[in-house]
Amino acid sequence: MNFYAIKAIYTFEMARWWRTVTQSIISPVVSTSLYFVVFGAAIGSRIESVEGVSYAAFIVPGLIMLSLLQQSLSNASFAIYFPKFAGTVYEILSAPISHVETVISFVGAAATKSIILALIILVTANLFVEIHIQHPVWMVVFLVLTAVTFSLIGFIIGIWADGFEKLQLIPLLIVTPLAFLGGTFYSISMLPETWQTVALFNPVVYLVSGFRWSFYGVADVDIAISLGMTLVFMAVALAIITWIFKTGYKLRS
Amino acid sequence: MNIQTSTTAPAVSITSLDKTYDTGFQALRGVDLTIRRGEIFALLGPNGAGKTTLIGTICGLVRPTGGQILVGGYDVLTEFRKTRAMIGLVPQELTTDRFETVWATVSFTRGLFGKPRNDKVIEKILRDLSLWDKRNEKLIALSGGMKRRVLIAKALSHEPSILFLDEPTAGVDVELRRDMWNVVRELREGGVTIILTTHYIEEAEEMADRIGVISNGQIILVEEKAELMRKLGRKYLAIQLQEPIAELPGDLAAMGLTLAETGDELRYSYDSQSDRTGIANLMAALNARGVRIKDLSTHQSSLEDIFIGLLRDRT
Repeated sequence: MNFYAIKAIYTFEMARWWRTVTQSIISPVVSTSLYFVVFGAAIGSRIESVEGVSYAAFIVPGLIMLSLLQQSLSNASFAIYFPKFAGTVYEILSAPISHVETVISFVGAAATKSIILALIILVTANLFVEIHIQHPVWMVVFLVLTAVTFSLIGFIIGIWADGFEKLQLIPLLIVTPLAFLGGTFYSISMLPETWQTVALFNPVVYLVSGFRWSFYGVADVDIAISLGMTLVFMAVALAIITWIFKTGYKLRS
Repeated sequence: MNIQTSTTAPAVSITSLDKTYDTGFQALRGVDLTIRRGEIFALLGPNGAGKTTLIGTICGLVRPTGGQILVGGYDVLTEFRKTRAMIGLVPQELTTDRFETVWATVSFTRGLFGKPRNDKVIEKILRDLSLWDKRNEKLIALSGGMKRRVLIAKALSHEPSILFLDEPTAGVDVELRRDMWNVVRELREGGVTIILTTHYIEEAEEMADRIGVISNGQIILVEEKAELMRKLGRKYLAIQLQEPIAELPGDLAAMGLTLAETGDELRYSYDSQSDRTGIANLMAALNARGVRIKDLSTHQSSLEDIFIGLLRDRT
């Protein structure tokens, strides 16, 4: 293991994050607070509790998940896209590091950033509504698994993208709609029956459901299925990355 | 297998290397090349000849489609950790992390190549390249020449034993060139093998121990510089005549003399290293025939002439 290289990339990425701390931390916190004020306080006051949990508290895990998905994707995709764009990727490709080490450092840094953000949002939410976490260990498990999985997907997007438009395309057109439709702001049991079945094809449902269960013990789908599906997504992302490195896809000519 | 121990193996040993890009373009065709330890090797070739592709395959940027590359006796594909740790690469393009400081980016490369932090080493490199005063500046604020220095500093940060310089002096001012060659000389004295590609033939002429010429993806020549200059470098005597002549008399032609198309100049090629150049005999013969001479001059071909001549012969 080339630990010095992992450390070098990881600290480089974290330093880049701190340099743009306003953009990196404050804007997600502000936007989450806005969601919270609008959905939690304004609309939420007209909604009775959902499955025994006040609406304001109910949406907290969904909001955190939403940010976690978006931030993991954008952090990881930008981290690998930018060196490609600027040409500095030559250095990483000519360095004595394995593919596994490259992924660990980039994905590790991206996941760390989004987890820190998720925790900041959790603390922010706690200012608006009192939150009890029933299964803190599972909460952390879901947080970490989801952050890593979506950072892996972000890494893939970053390698695939050959322009800034493509970099935005998948997060904007696929992931954000899936996140909004994935039970971030509601329980899928509130949907008509047909749509409940459709919703089960949305991967984000499993992530949000599992995460919400770790807070309140209520879930749309079985916790074991949530966990299983999360691991499946991670496995798929890892398989694609293995293929990318094996073929040199868009990295080595 | 020709795996040798790492202490005696050549710096780089390439056998039957092929590279065909996905587009079908064949960039390298059966390249065989050995770079000795501690030498300065200049790779010359026109644009698109395969210089950068060749360097890329050795450094891990380009995947070869056939053949084998050993660096220090280790295969670049199966033992890439060992080979890449030995290599420092200065790319042709000025690619830098614009928002990083000089110090941070050079230290980053050292870590990336698996070396523990060592501020003394980084300081020495920055001082040698006149970057010390700029160490806390962001790269975006530096001029092109300064960025080139930073790229060299990055390539040296992990104390490589083999240094690749891909067109290092393209668009570089005189001062930087001088600094750079000083660094290169010092590195060579320290036992570092240096491989450079260049368009500036006088650079190869001045610095290199050996010269390789690549054209159309094939190495067409590898030679000691001095030997190359001696073998292919011609010296000739140009004799300006007072009056043009229509034809060269047979016995003069037999002495190796040729007549220029204009008819007012005779040329005589000779080996300046030999004991007898034949010039005295020639002069006597010209005198005997009453050829009136206006002026005399001697010319020696440069590496550039040799290079152009080599490429012309092949097309």
